[in-house]
Amino acid sequence: MNDLSKLKVSSSPHIRSASTTQQIMADVLIALLPALALAVFVYGPRALTVTMISVLGCIFFEWLYETLTHKPLTIDDLSAAVTGLLLAFTLPVTTPIWIVLLGDLFAIVIVKQLFGGIGKNFVNPALSARAFLLASFAGPVSVIPKIRTALPLFTTPVDVVTTATPLIQMKDGALPEVPLLQNALGMVGGVIGELSSVALIAGGLYLLYRKVISPRIPLCFIGTVALLTFLFPQGNNNLLWMGNQVLSGGLLLGAIFMATDYTTSPITPKGQIVFAVGCGALTVLIRYFGTYPEGVSYAILVMNLFVNLIEKFTLPRRFGTVRQKKEAQGK
Amino acid sequence: MSLTFKGGVHPDDSKTLTENKPIEMLPPPAKVILPVSMHIGAPCQPTVAVGDHVLMGQVVASSPAAVSAPVHATVSGTVTSVGPMLHPNGGKVNAVVIENDMLDELDPSVKPIDYSSMTSEQMIECIHQAGIVGHGGAAFPTHIKLSSAIGKVDTLIVNAAECEPFLTSDHRLLLEGPDEIVQGVLILLRILGIKNAMIGVEANKSNAFAGIEKCLPSDGSIRLVPLKTKYPQGAEKQLIKSLTGREVPSGKLPADAMCVVCNADTCGSIYRLFSKGLPMMRRIVTVSGPDIAVPKNLSVRIGTPIADLIAFCGGFKEPPTKLLMGGPMMGTSLFSDEVPVIKGTNGILAFAEKKPLHLPEPKCIRCGRCVEDCPMGLMPTYIYQSFMADRMDECKSYSPLDCIECGVCSYTCPAKIPLTQGIRTAKQQIIAASRK
Repeated sequence: MNDLSKLKVSSSPHIRSASTTQQIMADVLIALLPALALAVFVYGPRALTVTMISVLGCIFFEWLYETLTHKPLTIDDLSAAVTGLLLAFTLPVTTPIWIVLLGDLFAIVIVKQLFGGIGKNFVNPALSARAFLLASFAGPVSVIPKIRTALPLFTTPVDVVTTATPLIQMKDGALPEVPLLQNALGMVGGVIGELSSVALIAGGLYLLYRKVISPRIPLCFIGTVALLTFLFPQGNNNLLWMGNQVLSGGLLLGAIFMATDYTTSPITPKGQIVFAVGCGALTVLIRYFGTYPEGVSYAILVMNLFVNLIEKFTLPRRFGTVRQKKEAQGK
Repeated sequence: MSLTFKGGVHPDDSKTLTENKPIEMLPPPAKVILPVSMHIGAPCQPTVAVGDHVLMGQVVASSPAAVSAPVHATVSGTVTSVGPMLHPNGGKVNAVVIENDMLDELDPSVKPIDYSSMTSEQMIECIHQAGIVGHGGAAFPTHIKLSSAIGKVDTLIVNAAECEPFLTSDHRLLLEGPDEIVQGVLILLRILGIKNAMIGVEANKSNAFAGIEKCLPSDGSIRLVPLKTKYPQGAEKQLIKSLTGREVPSGKLPADAMCVVCNADTCGSIYRLFSKGLPMMRRIVTVSGPDIAVPKNLSVRIGTPIADLIAFCGGFKEPPTKLLMGGPMMGTSLFSDEVPVIKGTNGILAFAEKKPLHLPEPKCIRCGRCVEDCPMGLMPTYIYQSFMADRMDECKSYSPLDCIECGVCSYTCPAKIPLTQGIRTAKQQIIAASRK
């Protein structure tokens, strides 16, 4: 007789793919490491301490909220760690630690958990927290220190030598002083995560290879910005203008890592294209006509609000719902 | 480039366990259990009583209903019981149990059929009387499929895609008996009055192509078409799309796309019926899975308890946690090894998996993979979520009735949400409500 005491009966299918939420989030963390390494190279170890504290802060606040509200713990899905890393990446390396932690609290508790936790928030937690911090502490959160300056590990730096980022220079309609290649490699000032386009693209390629993201959102987002800045350049060199617009600021960080956030982007393939084109167009509008030199984060936040609507109009074509005229006549 | 459809997944097909193992004849079982319902449609009524002596190939249960298929004795011997027995679907169904006298005495009705002067209707009636149903798994009566297709279709599609992981019974059949399949296809073409058949085979079975090509008639009426290896390539609608570019309209049948689809082994059964007079008594079953000691492809009499198959394959390596009839994507999970092989049984699989398939509280992260991979262009996660929240109007707006229950959404979901199960339940509720 066979021992069948351990048999379980369940509904098909009876096998699952190896992919898990935790593994996807781990892949995102891995993909962000080149940019982090570059930040440490450019700004020294403080870039690492600020980032690590932000990651730990988000994990802690998620644990605290779920413990206090008697919800199942979800910190092992690593989504809080991703939020912490991304939030740090949108802040200047000189941001006081307490402000970073306040941002973590806002991202995890207000934006994510109060709306139901992973998969339920309707705006990107890291970007909302950055917007909240920028509105509340405009000074410390918009300081961009000069590269290669010695910075303290934990205490708030004083008398920081600041620098004008390429985007600030372009805001006045001039091409940036640094050559395009130097800009792409990240040897310019900026927030922690946006420095090097090369490092961010490397991370993006890893995510594509691991099939964590599809190329739709990054390509359409970046493509829209490239097209609009090429068509409407300031100055007379539209190629160089376009190159600097694409490689400066948070565009690559936003297009590869923020706009592709599953929760706050459409799940329909066509919707993702509409969403990304919207993000790109808004980015250029804000960069050209807004008060801020950079528009990526607000563009994404605004488009987050349209996700539901976009999905409604971009439902996939159901199999067998459109008659194929050619086939009906021919063959 | 091989042909394909939109969506789908590439699970590890694990076919190497059995794809090179020739079909072995399972020794005759001591008894056979023949449920009166092994097909889609009306259950049969037993036509024999306890103590009756029956001959191999004799009808033991039949039904006057059109959508039904009679059941034949697959051994000769004595009827030892007629009554409810455990069925692979999990319930109890009336079954005729026959003790095998090991003589294999053939019923006099089993003799070759001269169909040269028969009409299509007469030939279809022969198929009806032989109890032939689709061998692919769903077991839809073949005579109904054919009679509803005559005059409406221009293409016969032979389904040899075998896209389910682990299963190799069709693959072995293509290697070992391609002539029987081709002969069966020719008979089917004659019945349908058309001259166009396509045999769709996934590219992972390319070693069978040469053998099939050799058997094909020279007039080009039957073509072998390689398909991309992808699940669910063998799903009827996806197969038609891959081969012809036609889409079966939502809620309609293959005949509405001018196609009729038959499984490869069904064609073989039709050949064996007309050439030898054999009703549906045997089928090929892949016994495999990581927990089976010696995986094999077996030729088995219908009604054989699956414990006999497992014993012939060396038993389980360790106590199994999952015992399946059919493939891992769409098969039925069993809780007993006393159930018999039925007409739609293409595989018996055993797993000893320690990890649970689902998490206690799975959370959708909106990655969109179910949407991207759904071969029917549906939104699985929204169907699931609206159904679980009891928002039935919203649920219906996502057209769950178009779902073919292929299992792709559950398979691909990184959050391990039981999407297919939820959608299946939603469909059942919607259908039940519409019948009120």
